[in-house]
Amino acid sequence: MSTLDSGIAAPPPAVGQLAPPPLPTAPSSSTSDSPPAAPRARGGRLPRGLARSVSPVAAVLLWQLASSTGVLPARLLAAPSTVLRSGWELIRSGQLGEALLVSLQRVVVGLVLGLAIGLTLGLLTGLSRWGELLLDPIVQALRTLPFLGLIPLFILWFGIGETPKIALVALGVTFPIYLNTFAGIRGVDARLIEAAATLGLGRSQRWVHVVLPAALPSILVGLRYALGIAWLSLIVGEQVNATAGLGYLINDAREFLRTDVVVVGLLVYAALGLATDAAVRLLERRALAWRQSFVPS
Amino acid sequence: MAAELRSVLTGGSGAGATAGPGHGSGESVRAGLTAEPDPGAVRVRGLRRAFGDRTVLAGLDLDLEPGRFVALLGRSGSGKSTLLRVLAGLDPAATGQVRTPRRVSVAFQEPRLLPWKRVAANVALGLDDPDPAARAQEALAEVGLWELADAWPLTLSGGEAQRAALARALVRRPDLLLLDEPFGALDALTRITIHDLVLALWITHRPAVLLVTHDVDEALALADRVVVLAGGRIADDVTVDLPRPRDRTGTGFGQLRHRLLTDLGVPLAGRH
Repeated sequence: MSTLDSGIAAPPPAVGQLAPPPLPTAPSSSTSDSPPAAPRARGGRLPRGLARSVSPVAAVLLWQLASSTGVLPARLLAAPSTVLRSGWELIRSGQLGEALLVSLQRVVVGLVLGLAIGLTLGLLTGLSRWGELLLDPIVQALRTLPFLGLIPLFILWFGIGETPKIALVALGVTFPIYLNTFAGIRGVDARLIEAAATLGLGRSQRWVHVVLPAALPSILVGLRYALGIAWLSLIVGEQVNATAGLGYLINDAREFLRTDVVVVGLLVYAALGLATDAAVRLLERRALAWRQSFVPS
Repeated sequence: MAAELRSVLTGGSGAGATAGPGHGSGESVRAGLTAEPDPGAVRVRGLRRAFGDRTVLAGLDLDLEPGRFVALLGRSGSGKSTLLRVLAGLDPAATGQVRTPRRVSVAFQEPRLLPWKRVAANVALGLDDPDPAARAQEALAEVGLWELADAWPLTLSGGEAQRAALARALVRRPDLLLLDEPFGALDALTRITIHDLVLALWITHRPAVLLVTHDVDEALALADRVVVLAGGRIADDVTVDLPRPRDRTGTGFGQLRHRLLTDLGVPLAGRH
């Protein structure tokens, strides 16, 4: 048990042998995402934001230069200008929008399913000792499986349609939600529950007024991890026999050595990841306004 | 205001090894059979509580009269807080006979406000009233926090939070108010202000108060009666018959202080 417990206590769950989510998800949402404050340049001629954008802009310019001079052939990597043009073409033709819609649908359905399963399991194990004894071992055991490695099985079980892709997203999402819900509930200050009892709150009222609000910050951290994993699962899932969606767009482009379209697809994935992460952070700021003193605005 | 049997505690592990005084056997008597109508009173008989091998309460007897301010004095680890938790209904493992009024409120050493509810919502939480919000506002006005009703608890100072906790306890119109060293974490100036506030609230509402403290001067400044807990029982029971507001430098005060410090086993050389 002790090993399992220590695994739960750590907020960032190591799900499978995956690379970290494609987003800079800080272990604790309550801390700032910006790196430790570097000593500000004396005199500060450039505003901080501008100063930080110097190196990325230079990298893009260098990339463009390499492409234009032929040092970087387009069959390896298209020039930024070509990527931009192709991106615009894909938007205008409606191809990108269509692919986006298909992929979004997969992620949303998978996310909702995984959320429902993860939350249900987390609540059952968090709120009940029996639930923990019966359910936690099996969830922990499943968690150790590299879930992306299940794709062959999923294809055998679900065929090659939408189902295996959605199932993959749902499975990936389930574990971080489960772990953070469970840890959040078990981390509730017992003294607050006691105080609520002296106020005459019954068991279910204590869950509603004390336990769940106290667990919410942890659950939201879980949600941010889950989103990162959802996009990652989608990308992997869409590599397999997709006939629509962003993954299909990218795979199809590979066939024709269209590195510009591949890059567009990757950029869209990244933008989607960033957008959903920002959405959860907004949700955090709203739902956790009571922690306002800890959340840098 | 009718007194009600809230908890009868019977046979836990290790109970009945020795019978409490006044009891023929180790078994608890059903309080419902013995209780007379005695509104607002607390009656404790043969209360026992052990943590492992350590017996903290060894057959304790205690009566509290309605409307009286009683301080419970004891050294650290003497079982003061354990007794308070039993009276608050928070300790199911204690054995013995306990009767408390129906409405019991607790203010803990820490304010224990729910940080995700605004101050007024904290005060109104679990309140059985047609208009809990209005009642909460009244209670907050009484403790001087009217303006902070919409604040988040984490933005309050220690004194403000403790006053909010007092409002939360008093809004329930308790017949018994349990105070578990609620002034311990406050600075000296804030503590004096809150002492006055607690006295004023007590005079207005007249609940029976049990104040747990280890501070002899605090007990003497506030209470009508001081009971000393030592060896798991009430070791001394002192009526404080001094006029209010109390003069901490007066002779009566000094004599009582001397007696209580002796009860607590404090060496008195150089003190008076």
